[in-house]
Amino acid sequence: MSILGTRVVRTEDPRLLTVGGTYVDDLRLPELAGAAQVTFVRSPIAHAAITGIDTSAARNAPGVVAVLTVADMDDLPPPPPDSGMTGTEGAPLPLGGKWSEPLLAVDRVRFVGEPVAIVITDDRYQGEDAAELVSVDYQPLPAVVGFDGGLSADSLLFPDAGTNVAVSTGFTGDDAAFEGCEVVVTREIVNQRLAPVPLEGRAVAAEWKDGKLTVWVSTQNAQISRFILTALGLDPANIRVVAPDVGGGFGAKIGVDRDALIVAWAAKHTGRALRWAETRSENMLAMTHGRAQRHSITIGGSKDGRVQAYRLRIVQDTGAYPRMAGFLPFLTSLMASGPYAIPHVETGYDVVVTNATPISAYRGAGRPEATAAIERAMDLFAAEIGMDPADVRRINLVPADKFPFTTAAGATYDTGAYVDALDKVLDGAGYADLRAEQARRRERGDVLQLGIGVASYVEITAADADGGETARLIVHDDGTATVYTGSSAHGQGHHTAWAMLVEAELGIEMSKVTVVHGDTDLIPAGVGTYASRSLQLGGVAVQKAAVEVKELARRHAAEMLEASEADLELDVDRGVWQVRGDPASSRTWAQVASHAGEAGLTADVNYTEGAPTFPFGTHLAVTEVDTETGKARLIRHVTVDDAGTVLNPVLAEGQRHGGIAQGVAQALLEEVVYDPDGNPVTGTLVDYAIVTAAELPSFELLSSETPATINPLGAKGIGEAGTIGATPATQNSVIDAVSHLGIRHIDMPLTPARVWAAISDADGSAL
Amino acid sequence: MKVTMKVNGQDVAADVADRTLLVHFLRDVAGLTATNVGCDTSSCGACTVLLDGKSVKSCTVLAAQADGREVVTAEGLSDGSGQLHPVQRAFRAEHGLQCGFCTPGMVMASVSLLAENPSPTEDEVRTALEGNLCRCTGYHNIVRAVLAAASERQPQ
Repeated sequence: MSILGTRVVRTEDPRLLTVGGTYVDDLRLPELAGAAQVTFVRSPIAHAAITGIDTSAARNAPGVVAVLTVADMDDLPPPPPDSGMTGTEGAPLPLGGKWSEPLLAVDRVRFVGEPVAIVITDDRYQGEDAAELVSVDYQPLPAVVGFDGGLSADSLLFPDAGTNVAVSTGFTGDDAAFEGCEVVVTREIVNQRLAPVPLEGRAVAAEWKDGKLTVWVSTQNAQISRFILTALGLDPANIRVVAPDVGGGFGAKIGVDRDALIVAWAAKHTGRALRWAETRSENMLAMTHGRAQRHSITIGGSKDGRVQAYRLRIVQDTGAYPRMAGFLPFLTSLMASGPYAIPHVETGYDVVVTNATPISAYRGAGRPEATAAIERAMDLFAAEIGMDPADVRRINLVPADKFPFTTAAGATYDTGAYVDALDKVLDGAGYADLRAEQARRRERGDVLQLGIGVASYVEITAADADGGETARLIVHDDGTATVYTGSSAHGQGHHTAWAMLVEAELGIEMSKVTVVHGDTDLIPAGVGTYASRSLQLGGVAVQKAAVEVKELARRHAAEMLEASEADLELDVDRGVWQVRGDPASSRTWAQVASHAGEAGLTADVNYTEGAPTFPFGTHLAVTEVDTETGKARLIRHVTVDDAGTVLNPVLAEGQRHGGIAQGVAQALLEEVVYDPDGNPVTGTLVDYAIVTAAELPSFELLSSETPATINPLGAKGIGEAGTIGATPATQNSVIDAVSHLGIRHIDMPLTPARVWAAISDADGSAL
Repeated sequence: MKVTMKVNGQDVAADVADRTLLVHFLRDVAGLTATNVGCDTSSCGACTVLLDGKSVKSCTVLAAQADGREVVTAEGLSDGSGQLHPVQRAFRAEHGLQCGFCTPGMVMASVSLLAENPSPTEDEVRTALEGNLCRCTGYHNIVRAVLAAASERQPQ
């Protein structure tokens, strides 16, 4: 029996549990033995002109090696010319030209936390002291805060641009489709700004030696990082990027950002090995944030539950610099109609700059926003026509016999069983019983009201499937194998999964398979891990490499056994080659590899897919809401997350668990908040309400596997299902708990204060 | 100032700055990097170690305060025979870790919890681990791991 699809515990864990991982700040390499520490001086003001920087006091402080500002950056090439892109191209690239982001600030700061100078010291504590001594003259400018601030031109972040709207699709607003609808509901909702908070913040170590820059960085993509680092004026051949163990990424560690470039530049500039591991307070200000969209929703349909038209207009607050151009709202628009067959869909977006931390990908990256909007819209529509929200969904879900299905928004969903997923969740949760219990509590006026929230979703994974992924597989003459993968593990369990693929194909036991990732000297070509792409691209590449190696081995085994290749077979259970039906003739992998030589059993694969895949599912959340305090507590969470054929249920479930928790956290707890002057008020983990074990129940996962047809593993991506499904299910459940009071919507996060205010407004007892 | 402590059974002595945090003493002086720093507000618990048998956040203890005392880190948890500690074993069996960054602290907090309460309920585990943050697992399998470790230690 194949090992694929079975529950295999991770090979990574013994090391992580005993000596711990080796994250960047744990590196004790000889190259870094004398490394000095980098400490950033960051803007404490949201928007200001810089009129002077005095580093003299800092330079004379104990242990200071150097204090560097933009004035020292005279050894960098000029920025690339304006690409002429409008930002609506759907590419996750920074908008350059007038909107360019510097490395160290030049003459203006645009968010609290923006890097202004660095202090290099012998040790960590000296850096904190010396950074305090750098004196920067700031001339404050009016701060641009929030969606409306960004839409206004009262104060401009980039005066040369003449506007704060960096990207706009335009918007026609065709009402014709809604004029034929019996019911039309409109609502403005906010998908709030979040902090990714990987437990390991950003960290970099860098060495410049003999004309080569080596950068150890906590990243999801060593190879993309190397490409970005060429901005320092170096040829890729003169840059080595190493991603050691990475303590979580969640999209905020795709490639490297300006802070890492600054550290790498400083190592080259000073000739001294350097290291930097940010503090959490620094991380909350200067690692990218996610979400931050405002949605204007219009949904129309008939009283029998059929949705006929949907409009989603998006304002994306992109923070101080448009690092992703229009990519996030582009994805939101593409996925706007969710898993429903809606004849008319209209979308458009404006991307505005504000004096806040730049926005980038955060687990889901545009798709949780799309799902939150349509799933709120479905509940609003259901409430308006007085129909059960699960029934409204069932009526509108794309039926199983309609795949592949192209939506009015332009996405082509590959395979699916959307109605089955909904019904499985309703059955698993005991939906009818939950509604009966809800009715009983309402009847008796219970303080603890019950809410049931349903969210069906479809998402896009490996959106850049044509970018592909690489794998190299070598079988050595001792019978072991090494996989070099372009995918980049940071918790997902790639090393276990890739070894399973080799064992399944070649019969070489997992314990004899070494997986290597994240070193551009060893793996020059690769893309890395984001967008739930690893298994369906990187995993398939490994499998294809194994198939290629098998064919190479067949030739050598045939030579050794003096038989024709057609008569040779690989006994995968025993991991030996033999003449068909003659086990006594067997040759081990070690023998075949010795015969072939190492080069003889090496395969290189760059696997691309022609189209993305579309996982789907349904989440059901049950919450109890204390109507006297507004406190909502999630008590059950039941899900189907169908991501095609599952390679290892242990890993797939782990991805779902983590995503669900982050989704619940967005719904109930987390929000990055700025005051009207652009000062962050959630700058530490004391103020930012990251979810803990105490606020969550155990989750109830139901299985469903509808294979993808585009790749031989049948795999789709699972990494982001949780944030996409759990967020609206939880939000809907809280609103459902108080819907009998006439409440139709409360924005996230559904904190006690917000829920209590909504209850108070609804029953007229507001003070 | 001179600080001496027993770390995982070994005496470690060094002259360090007065303000040196225990976590930096463990990482930079004792060379034990399993203990991680995940925040600067004593919120995340990635730096949890046992100080005289009780869990503490080592970012919130000065090395000087640990002078003459005994510290156990994740590296010192197993008995050296190559066998994982029951809590470590349960974390692996239940997939209670992903990126691994919170893991040493989470394991130490769990060891401390089970020392105080050998057979906790699920709610007790969740409450006890409130001071240890994990961004990967959603805590689901961490809680299962702690409960599994507890039941393994109970006589049948």
